[in-house]
Amino acid sequence: MTVDTLRLTAEAAAGLLDRGEVSAAELHDAYLAAIGERDGELHAYLRTLDEPNGEGVPIAFKDVVSTRGVETTAGSKILAGFEPVFDATVATRCYEHGLSLLGKTNMDEFAMGSSTENSAYGASHNPWDPSRVPGGSSGGSAAAVAGGLAPWALGSDTGGSIKQPAALCGIVGLRPTYGTVSRSGIVAFASSLDQVGPLTKTVRDCALLYRIIAGRDPCDSTTVELPAPVELPEGTDLEGLRVGVPRQLNEAEGIEPGVKAAVDAAIQLCEQLGASVGECELPLSVEYGMPCYYLIAPAEASSNLARYDGVRYGYRAPVEGGLTELYERTRHDGFGDEPKRRIMLGTYALSAGYYDAFYGQAQKVRTIIGQEFRAVLQDFDVLVSPTSPTVAFPLGARTANPLAMYLSDLLAIPPNMAGLPGLSIPCGLSEGLPVGLQLIGPQFSENLLFRVGHALEQAIGFDSVPERLR
Amino acid sequence: MEITREQVQHVARLARLELSDEELERMREQLSAILEAVGKVAELDLVDVEPTAHPLDLVNVLADDVPRPSLPREEALANAPDPEDGFFGVPAV
Repeated sequence: MTVDTLRLTAEAAAGLLDRGEVSAAELHDAYLAAIGERDGELHAYLRTLDEPNGEGVPIAFKDVVSTRGVETTAGSKILAGFEPVFDATVATRCYEHGLSLLGKTNMDEFAMGSSTENSAYGASHNPWDPSRVPGGSSGGSAAAVAGGLAPWALGSDTGGSIKQPAALCGIVGLRPTYGTVSRSGIVAFASSLDQVGPLTKTVRDCALLYRIIAGRDPCDSTTVELPAPVELPEGTDLEGLRVGVPRQLNEAEGIEPGVKAAVDAAIQLCEQLGASVGECELPLSVEYGMPCYYLIAPAEASSNLARYDGVRYGYRAPVEGGLTELYERTRHDGFGDEPKRRIMLGTYALSAGYYDAFYGQAQKVRTIIGQEFRAVLQDFDVLVSPTSPTVAFPLGARTANPLAMYLSDLLAIPPNMAGLPGLSIPCGLSEGLPVGLQLIGPQFSENLLFRVGHALEQAIGFDSVPERLR
Repeated sequence: MEITREQVQHVARLARLELSDEELERMREQLSAILEAVGKVAELDLVDVEPTAHPLDLVNVLADDVPRPSLPREEALANAPDPEDGFFGVPAV
């Protein structure tokens, strides 16, 4: 049978396999054919596997996920040729459920970026308009799913790296509650923020994949058991739901009018589906979320990236001198500009004389952000806002100015600082490009987010196949 | 917030990161602009606020003390750029 990879959901693919209408090998080949056809333009993948390694639905992993014997670079030259000797726990869980690895997807180097332009292996392109970015840092995973090159994919999100590319590519992305998905075997960026999560075509697929990857892992002591099993969402109404609209997340400077219009329409839809909608305030979280993030994440990164020293694995620079020169030259040659900037920023924020004013103060800001969200979530079940202030921007538009790039995640960052889950679903188009709606709930509220996301998805009826590919 | 070349040099040394003269100057300009933006956190009076290192209320997660096999030596060395006699090789210290 012919498989329409642009439209096939993972749930439908599982059905085809169950009924014997297609084999795992045929499915794998159908995606490889689509990749052969379109990935020259999109560059979603860094590498693909010739043969399926399971009997179930194919999946793509962001190249931050360690895969035994399969090169894993995290988008960095410093890890070129690195073949992990063990699988990340999330990979093992996928394989235990029969999922079959299609390939590893492109990403901003060490997940530092919002466009995939920071990949050492070249940028990925947006399936809706290849002259634009797919977002980042999980841009390869998002482009693969939106472009019909994978039914679903794993990404990772530190400061918006799942939610923002999902929004820019018109698909569904979940940044799970911190601690629900194992980080064991994930190339570390900022350990108190990093979370792996699904990028999918539908909210039900998102719940299915979250069910597979979530849960406590003895290899990651920051993981916890889920308080309740993951439920597949079914309903189409929002009766009794209290939806909060944080003013600062919805009126922030830089939100494009078309983005605002699509999100406002989705908020009206919540009311039509039976929810009560009210405004609320998150003044400190939005004003100080970004600065807080850009101190804490680089500080943790400067520590995590200390391991790339040319000794145990990865790139080693040829040097004549001693060990210090080896470290310094290896890191100079191996890291791209963005990791260098963040290592420097983080090292500065942690250094003697600046620690209290920068890193210590940022950790206290993190406390008040958590308090502010907890207070608002007493009055509301979920909060809504745009995921990204803008639709996908042209390649090159923000590369010269790091601060302009950082603003892409202005609205995605605040809930991350509080460890809260966030689901991005497509809610319409602006200038022919997808707009993402961010749904935020309390810790461990994924089932609620899936229910709300599913009901809205049914009511919105967004077609996730890019117009130019229909 | 303007930082000096000497400060950038000092931080690069702490981070074991070589920077060319041109990179040093660009880094100085970019770090100054970023620190100006993130330095905003200093505006808040938070003397009585406890810091958050981690978003979950987890304290002292302990594992049972059960021996498990560790990575075999050849696998641990499989990705080493210059292994020597079963060890990681480095230039003279």
